[in-house]
Amino acid sequence: MKNSLGRSVPSNRRAYVSSNDFRLRDRKLIEEKPTSKKVVFSDNLEKTFIELDIKPGMTLSFHHHLRSGDGVMNLIAKLIKEADIQNINIAPSSIFPEYEIGDLIQNGNIIDIHTNYLNGPISDIIGSGSLKGKLFMHTHGGRARAIESGEIKIDVAFLACPAVDKEGNGSGAFGPNACGTLGYAISDLKYAKKVVLITDTIVDELPKWQFDHRYVDIVVKVPSLGDAKGIVSGTTRITRDPIGLKIARDTAQLVHELGIIKNGFSMQTGAGGTSLAVADAIKKIMIANDIKGSFASGGITSYFVEMLKEGLFKRLYDVQCFDLDAVRSYRENDDHIAISASMYGNPYEIEAIVNKLDLVILGAAEVDLDFNVNVTTDSFGKIIGGSGGHADTAHGAKLTIITSTLAKARIPLIKEQVRTITTPGEDVDIIVTERGIAINPKRDDLIKKLEKTKLPIFTIKELMDLQHRISGIPKELPVGKNPVGYVVYRDGSIIDTIYSSR
Amino acid sequence: MKVGIAGSLESNDVLVTVRPSESLIIDIHSIVDLLFHDQIEKVVRDTLKEKNIDKLEVTIEDKGALDYTIRARLLTALRRMGDEK
Amino acid sequence: MVQNADVFGADVVIFDLEDSVHAGEKDNARHLLQDFFNNNPTPPKKIAVRINAPDSPFYDADLGSIVSDKIDYIVLPKASIQTTQKLGSDLFQLEQNKQIEKRIDIIPIIELACSLINAHKIAATSRVKALLFGAEDYCSDLEIKRTLSGEALVYPRSLIATTCKAYGLIAIDTPFTDVMDDEGLDQDCQNGVMLGMSAKAAIHPRQIAIINDKFSPGQDQIAWSLKVIKAEKEASKKGLGVFSLDGKMIDKPIIERAMKTLNRAKEYQMLGDFDEE
Repeated sequence: MKNSLGRSVPSNRRAYVSSNDFRLRDRKLIEEKPTSKKVVFSDNLEKTFIELDIKPGMTLSFHHHLRSGDGVMNLIAKLIKEADIQNINIAPSSIFPEYEIGDLIQNGNIIDIHTNYLNGPISDIIGSGSLKGKLFMHTHGGRARAIESGEIKIDVAFLACPAVDKEGNGSGAFGPNACGTLGYAISDLKYAKKVVLITDTIVDELPKWQFDHRYVDIVVKVPSLGDAKGIVSGTTRITRDPIGLKIARDTAQLVHELGIIKNGFSMQTGAGGTSLAVADAIKKIMIANDIKGSFASGGITSYFVEMLKEGLFKRLYDVQCFDLDAVRSYRENDDHIAISASMYGNPYEIEAIVNKLDLVILGAAEVDLDFNVNVTTDSFGKIIGGSGGHADTAHGAKLTIITSTLAKARIPLIKEQVRTITTPGEDVDIIVTERGIAINPKRDDLIKKLEKTKLPIFTIKELMDLQHRISGIPKELPVGKNPVGYVVYRDGSIIDTIYSSR
Repeated sequence: MKVGIAGSLESNDVLVTVRPSESLIIDIHSIVDLLFHDQIEKVVRDTLKEKNIDKLEVTIEDKGALDYTIRARLLTALRRMGDEK
Repeated sequence: MVQNADVFGADVVIFDLEDSVHAGEKDNARHLLQDFFNNNPTPPKKIAVRINAPDSPFYDADLGSIVSDKIDYIVLPKASIQTTQKLGSDLFQLEQNKQIEKRIDIIPIIELACSLINAHKIAATSRVKALLFGAEDYCSDLEIKRTLSGEALVYPRSLIATTCKAYGLIAIDTPFTDVMDDEGLDQDCQNGVMLGMSAKAAIHPRQIAIINDKFSPGQDQIAWSLKVIKAEKEASKKGLGVFSLDGKMIDKPIIERAMKTLNRAKEYQMLGDFDEE
């Protein structure tokens, strides 16, 4: 069966129609988990695990707020392996290279995986077809919707929690392995049948918390949650590459010419080097014109923490802390506000933060002539990421800009058709590369506003032709035949299929 | 043993090694092999044809170099092989 | 890599075969430039190549490989009257031999005391279109220190700027070597502009935006110049040679200055925001 974008989808799932299609259906909510009588405290994870009596067919969930420093996933993976429990599904909000679930996949302990981001050795294992079930790649907002509607039925949520008080309330802001906001775990907290907090720090009282003890069944104390320094995985520094800086300057100039940068505006950027360079360039324009924004959101880095301190934004809405400065700021600054993944990007959350955004700056592995964006696989079909908040913000923000180099190391950005669609072209407005800018023809309001600009504006086809003239025309790559998973759009429909990489 | 080497393994560059041979052997390793293997091979063959060379062992380790870079590195490697005593 | 040379908006891109290329890699660099110039689908606005000086073993091979109709200038390091003249005649010969219609021009680098005192003779040599001031080697030659405030460079900058003006050449200011220091670059540009330098060499793309900004006429300056010219036209209709504008007396030198500003602004395509007359 083909969906509205011409991509194959399984016949037992709803096919993607459009990014607004969710409005035709009511919000579906299962019952929140019954409030717990009294939280049970344990200091023996193995014992608790056995008592949980995890059976085949169950779904276990995790969050990834400790990112590469997470120790909890590996603790549980080890226990599953030792007990050799078969046919369980897992729903970690992301999978980092450090997560040791490769054996569990290859030995068939795991059937289905639901996640929002996947990178590293696990992606190769799944890509080669070793997963017994299927991989479902959601958006951050979509995962929240899937959990609250019962599409993903979580039996046990194992939630790493840096600090827990003696009542069972939990916070990510305190403790030796503080990781900041715990936004991705809130839906798990409310809707999982059993909620287990795993912590290494129990205190008498917490100044504030995100996990309400009324949702918690068990708190297990372990020696260590992992390594907080591992949160800072990947770069959160402004790029020094002159090409990236040029793209950043042009993007800031573009945004300025479109009149976006004005008092009270709101924005979000990715955490990559070029995205931060854009934030820096916009910051300079804000300072030069004495402009104060209303909020910045997203995964928060020290960069935006600085902007908050300098009064350039009134508030930060944080769904994930990307570095320890962000963690500290969340702990100490009341204007640094934690939000759940649902409040962030659930299409059924009317007040969702993504819907309030004036501007979002995002990246892309590939873009096609219809402005569809791929951040899930690379050109060779290997899974290198996933939507995260990409499709959510692209839909919600008034202006969605993709920044990317045109042909890094000869790998072309613009294709006739992207290998995997993560974000549909109808939600993507502008592509900025170092050699030119393309505006989605659907946005003739933007095209008109930029009539007199000195910035280099091309059609997307012209940019692709330029790219070909410089790098050569690449060979068409054969798409793998066997589906290993699906890209689930934020409304639960299937927007594309992921094939094995061979 | 005569050998000519030119280029580097930096991004967008190519390391070309050439050796005398009884036949034409072209060995290409590229990070964009699936996309540009044929194109890279064409550049190598065209360049060698221009120089009237039909017996050579060429090893290409490519990190995304464009056509003119591959050609230039190959010409330098050839010259260096020729210059060796 | 060279493929991005045109991306940053420089007016001229200088490709180097001299100090930034290791002696063992000169052949590689020459081949790369040759193939690049012949096959690049997106060339920079203007191309210059800094070759090795005539007294080096690389000079002949450099010229032999890169002289073509694809390049615009040769940048000559440690230029003297003799080497500039020699380059000029060698270029003439090569253009004949290769049947190149284009005439390649020369940008001598003034970076030695003896070049500086002969600046006007070098400027007068045929094919010379600009003088490039090389402060690092100059300070080394004189054994003086280069400072941010720029006093040590007042004399050479002034001399080069004046010489260039007299001979209708472009005075290119020395590169600022601290690539990450934007404020320092800003100051260094000001020091050059103040003394009449009309262009500057960048050694990193991130310097280009600041240089373009500092060496272009300011928005206020352009607005004022337009005002002056408009007022001049009206005064001319009334038969007035001298008139007053905003309380200032406007006479011929000021009008000419305004025209020069506007011509530069037009050349840099800065008049778009204003109504062109």
